[in-house]
Amino acid sequence: MDKQAILQSIIASSPEIVVVLGACLILIGSLFIKRNLGAWLTGTALIVILTAAAVSFWVINTSQAVFGNSFVIDPFALFFKAVILFSAAITLLMSGRYLEQENIVEGEYHVLILFAVTGMMIMISGLDLLVIYMGLELQAFSFYVLVGFRRKNPKSNEAALKYVILGAVSSGIFLYGLSLVYGVTGTTQLTAISSALTQNSTPDFLLILAVLFLLVGLFFKVGVVPLHMWVPDVYEGAPTPITAFLSVGSKAASFAIILRIFLNSMTPLAEIWINIVIIISVLTMALGSFVALVQTNIKRMLAYSSIAHAGFLLLGLVAGGDEGISSVMFYLLIYAFMNFGLFAVVTMMQREGSENNLIENYSGFASIHPGWAFLTLVFLFSLAGIPPTAGFFAKFYILVALIEEGYVALAVFAVLMSAVAAYFYIRIVMLMYMKEPIGKCELALSPAIRVVLGVTIVGTIGIGLAPVWFLTQAQSAVFSNVITLTSSFLS
Amino acid sequence: MTDIPILSLIIFLPLVGVISLLFMSSRTTIRWVALIFTVADFLLALLLIVSFDKTTPDMQFRETLEWVPNLGISYSLGVDGISVLFIFLTALLGWVCVLASWQAITTKIKEFMISLLVMQSLMLGVFSALDLFLFYVLWEAMLIPMYLIIGVWGGKNRVYAAFKFFLYTLAGSLLFLVGIIVLYLESGRTFDILTLMASEYSFEIQAWVFFAFLVAFAVKVPMVPVHTWLPDAHVEAPTAGSIILAGVLLKMGAYGFLRFSLPMLPDASLFFAPLILAFSALAIVYGGFLALAQTDLKKLIAYSSVSHMGFVTLGLFTFNSNGVTGAVLQMFNHGITTGALFLVIGLIYERTHTRRIADYGGLMKMIPIYTLFLGLFALASMAVPGTNGFIGEFLVLSGAFGVNIYMGALAIVGAMLAAAYMLKMFRQVALGPVSSFGGKTLWDVDRREVVGLVTLAVLVFWVGFYPKLFLDIVTPTLDNLLVQVHRP
Repeated sequence: MDKQAILQSIIASSPEIVVVLGACLILIGSLFIKRNLGAWLTGTALIVILTAAAVSFWVINTSQAVFGNSFVIDPFALFFKAVILFSAAITLLMSGRYLEQENIVEGEYHVLILFAVTGMMIMISGLDLLVIYMGLELQAFSFYVLVGFRRKNPKSNEAALKYVILGAVSSGIFLYGLSLVYGVTGTTQLTAISSALTQNSTPDFLLILAVLFLLVGLFFKVGVVPLHMWVPDVYEGAPTPITAFLSVGSKAASFAIILRIFLNSMTPLAEIWINIVIIISVLTMALGSFVALVQTNIKRMLAYSSIAHAGFLLLGLVAGGDEGISSVMFYLLIYAFMNFGLFAVVTMMQREGSENNLIENYSGFASIHPGWAFLTLVFLFSLAGIPPTAGFFAKFYILVALIEEGYVALAVFAVLMSAVAAYFYIRIVMLMYMKEPIGKCELALSPAIRVVLGVTIVGTIGIGLAPVWFLTQAQSAVFSNVITLTSSFLS
Repeated sequence: MTDIPILSLIIFLPLVGVISLLFMSSRTTIRWVALIFTVADFLLALLLIVSFDKTTPDMQFRETLEWVPNLGISYSLGVDGISVLFIFLTALLGWVCVLASWQAITTKIKEFMISLLVMQSLMLGVFSALDLFLFYVLWEAMLIPMYLIIGVWGGKNRVYAAFKFFLYTLAGSLLFLVGIIVLYLESGRTFDILTLMASEYSFEIQAWVFFAFLVAFAVKVPMVPVHTWLPDAHVEAPTAGSIILAGVLLKMGAYGFLRFSLPMLPDASLFFAPLILAFSALAIVYGGFLALAQTDLKKLIAYSSVSHMGFVTLGLFTFNSNGVTGAVLQMFNHGITTGALFLVIGLIYERTHTRRIADYGGLMKMIPIYTLFLGLFALASMAVPGTNGFIGEFLVLSGAFGVNIYMGALAIVGAMLAAAYMLKMFRQVALGPVSSFGGKTLWDVDRREVVGLVTLAVLVFWVGFYPKLFLDIVTPTLDNLLVQVHRP
């Protein structure tokens, strides 16, 4: 690499560098700031996020592959970086009041969120399995700590421990798959893997094994059956804003690399993995939808709901092609709005001192706080996929991609599972609107939470009514055009 | 005239009403504002039907705006002879519902009126949509306000009924969605209903899509055996909810058959017609017997709806001019008559707080004007000559006999059953010894209540004595439809 290339690489990765530097600044600053620590931490972290976003979209928005073709800036990566940075900003806004309540206003929290963001951004931009692995681990380690951040709460501790152990195993499996890929193809660079696989027409046993291992490692991160066991426990134990971040940000980043690896490099091996993905997606939707029916804790219910959504997202992977990819991207964008909205409501419902997340607590919510109850209703109907909310559009587009590829039976199964899932969402609507309130219901409102709810409700209704701009973004950010771009770098 | 987007005005006027309601708090103002907006909407619908050109089967008052061009979705509206009739019906029942809820709804009036107006706007949109995606969005979105209307303001068992309604309809419509997407992809990525009608599909695709549509529409109609949500929903819903359900929502299933299944999937429709005819005859007879056995007023009307809607599907799938015309007229009639019956029952329930038929007796002597209306609508429901029901059922029966004499005979049995259960109910409620109702004093209908009843009664006789006006509106469209179905 000559000087020019190094400089170019540094400029291309400057958003990640900004976030890391910002995290270090906060780490040091939190030692010195005594008054209004919480506000300073949130403010600074938000500025860091905004700077990273500004750098990503205005400074280096030209597509390029750098660091010896292992790190790429393309519309696909930028789209996902937007989702991640948005998620991180929302998480920070949700956290302020929550941390005060739980009495854990500490700089490490914000620093770890920023590190997790860095990890996700590296994953998204990774064009080399090793780089992707590094990003994956960075965000995973940050989340291990964040999940256990309520140190005095046994559930939080248990969740963190479970997450570390299972996460470490899955990372190991992914790494093993990676090494097998290297053994067979002699490279870990995605574009090179793709061309190696295209030339090598007969997939041998090792390659099948490699694909399986990579799948297992990545599917653990998005929490699909049978690798979903950690999800309910971790979701319940983690601080609520972190649960939300995990279910939106981490899922989006993991799906980004799933798409990049399997619909780009591994397309020649599609016949190996596609049936596995179909079976897993069917099982995931069924299990997520049915088990959510019997939950009594809203965070656990949302965990199973998130499992069901992951199953639905896999359908986009099954469909493949430009439309499959853009439908998954569009879904994740909408999922960010509606899921964060509902998690903001859950955070708001927190009682002083301790978490109290029983679904029953929502009884009579509409008679006490009609306005907030209406927002909750919109988020719930959106998650259930009822028009005219955005959630319907997300599901619709994935179904279009799926049916276009001829998987009609799978689509029918998916919509039937959506009908099952609708039951547990509207059960909360029923409690809110059709039951009498039990006890007092105080809301932990803060200006930041109001902003979060405002942004998410506008997104949930707005994208439902006027999806064109967002859809165009998702459609034009598909990476098929990038393959030609990177190969020109190789030649 | 043509450059005013009258359909959009009709659809969005109730939503303007919703927005203005948000800023009001006095109960009386809320009621009046809701009434003003629904009446204004009705006047617009009246204007629409008056200026409707009866000589052409083409879509009129077209409006098209791009909505999601990436996926070929547009905001496209238009009406033909069938939809204009139902827009009129919906707009009419809109203010009848507001009047019916004037005293009946005592809690959360604002929220109720908002739900009612949102519902109104969505229903009007469903009947004007010329884009299949738009149609689906509105069709599905109706679930939300209706779920709340039943679940929040309903009777004792309302939560169960609301869930049952929601899940039944949702499961049906989701299959409909899959069918829509298949048609969309088959026809080269367009949701435009007119283009979809003009395209031809292979029989295999038609058959599958027909089945997917059938599930959705059969649940809405409802056809036996997927009718079980209806009695629950009707019984538990507040009066206005029952009127909307019976008057408009049930029509949407049949409207779906007319708008989509018949013209888009003609081969499959012809192929499956015997099956649908059999299920329709079953619904007519089975619904009639069930109605005969009911002890609850609302349940009786609910099951009579199942029976009457059986006539509608029977007429539609005869594929002859009489049968189809009769079916459309019967849809309109059923909206008027059953809507009126639910209104009448709602009025008496407000006074006595019981729906058990056995609790009643001798209303004729206590509240004669009320009983007059009850008798009139009961007669219309059992299709006595001179009322609207007679014309509709007569046409359907003549159509049915033209196709299959056994089906016609079964339908006659259903018509006889209707006379049996309606007269039985009327005898118990209106005649015989006077019931005391635990000392409650009953008062006869007041001016507010009479307005709605008289309007509906006028329509009963109008269609009964001079159906030509209504038949003229639908005939060109239906003739065109039959040509479409029987195309070579």
